Amino acid sequence: MKKWLPYILFASTVLSVTTLLATSANGQEHEGQEPFPKVENPAWHSECSGCHMLYHPALLPARSWKKIMDGLDRHFGENASLDAAQREEITRFLTSHAADRQSNARSRRIVQSIPPDDTPLRFSSTLYFIAHHDEIPNTLYQRKSIGSASHCSACHRGAEQGEFSESTVRIPR
Amino acid sequence: MRNLFASCLCLVALNAPAAPFQDLLRQYETQARQENPAFSGFSPERGKRFYEEKRVASSGRQSGCFDCHSPDPAQSGKTHANKIIDPMAVSANPKRFTDLQKTEKWFRRNCADLIGRACTAQEKGDFIEFLAHYK
Ligand code: HEC
Ligand code: HEC
Ligand code: HEC
Repeated sequence: MKKWLPYILFASTVLSVTTLLATSANGQEHEGQEPFPKVENPAWHSECSGCHMLYHPALLPARSWKKIMDGLDRHFGENASLDAAQREEITRFLTSHAADRQSNARSRRIVQSIPPDDTPLRFSSTLYFIAHHDEIPNTLYQRKSIGSASHCSACHRGAEQGEFSESTVRIPR
Repeated sequence: MRNLFASCLCLVALNAPAAPFQDLLRQYETQARQENPAFSGFSPERGKRFYEEKRVASSGRQSGCFDCHSPDPAQSGKTHANKIIDPMAVSANPKRFTDLQKTEKWFRRNCADLIGRACTAQEKGDFIEFLAHYK
């Protein structure tokens, strides 16, 4: 029995190296299928959707969510402050489902695209976002039906549910 | 029969109005009297001027209540992050000003952002009085 072990280990190493190579060569297609896991928290849902669509926690690492939640009184030029109890509850929810707590391929690639000493406040400023939207000219975001790159759900209808696969993208006129 | 009775009760409960805007106005009136002994009622005209006043937000942006809530409060507005806001006029959106906590939260944020201080009960009451009777 024992003598098979090295062979099994060898075979599985070869396998994982080939998958790794395949995903890095062809990553955009491979990660495209799986939506983020479904998550829900009533406080998050009601308090973080008043001014914009709900951003799925798996889009940003925990340190980004902490920084966002610590600066709500000056949130992208607006006052989004909450009472302490709600702030703590939502922070706990966001950080426990953050990109660096996820096992899906998309979240891992998002995390990889962020330098370890950087704490982005926007998903739309990550290299991951930039690489996947490099064919979209800035003037397109300015269309009335879109407004800005942060308005994900204008083009990704399932964005609030964490669904971003290529087949669900539709750019509005 | 029992079932029918039960479902009727349930319907009644569902249709029961949430605290209507008059409840909120009464609370602001009590507060306004405490803030100012000479308080003499809320005014939809003052509320209209307040709504239409041009202000500079803390971010430096030219703004005002009309900016996100639409110059015509019976129409939908839009945030700077491109989300549609349901109309503010009660005639177009009966859910307005029926939840004190929600109303207070947004007065707190929007007044701090656009006026740089908390709004007074007088200002809040005038604002609601204007929007409650806007056609
Ligand atoms: C103007 C429309 C538009 C907006 C706004 C937009 N996207 Fe995209 N997005 C696209 C297009 C087009 C693609 C490329 C689809 C493709 O070819 O794979 C894409 C690709 C993606 C992908 C990779 C999909 C895949 O697996 O290939 C993700 C993830 C994504 N967008 C997330 C977002 C998020 C999050 C936001 C908001 C912060 C956003 N997008 C805003 C149009 C948009
Ligand atoms: C008072 C309004 C308001 C509230 C409430 C609010 N936000 Fe925002 N948020 C904004 C604005 C404005 C932007 C910038 C959008 C743009 O540039 O188009 C923004 C942008 C963001 C972005 C960056 C999106 C991107 O990738 O470009 C994140 C993440 C975000 N908000 C998270 C939250 C969370 C979490 C909450 C709940 C605790 C919240 N917001 C509540 C106004 C708000
Ligand atoms: C930057 C955009 C923005 C501006 C400017 C703005 N608001 Fe708002 N306001 C919102 C959003 C978003 C909501 C919550 C969405 C909703 O209730 O449909 C809201 C909700 C409210 C509510 C809650 C109403 C209710 O249903 O009880 C009040 C009150 C309010 N705003 C007052 C004001 C006042 C007063 C001003 C001007 C001093 C103002 N707002 C300016 C974005 C804005």
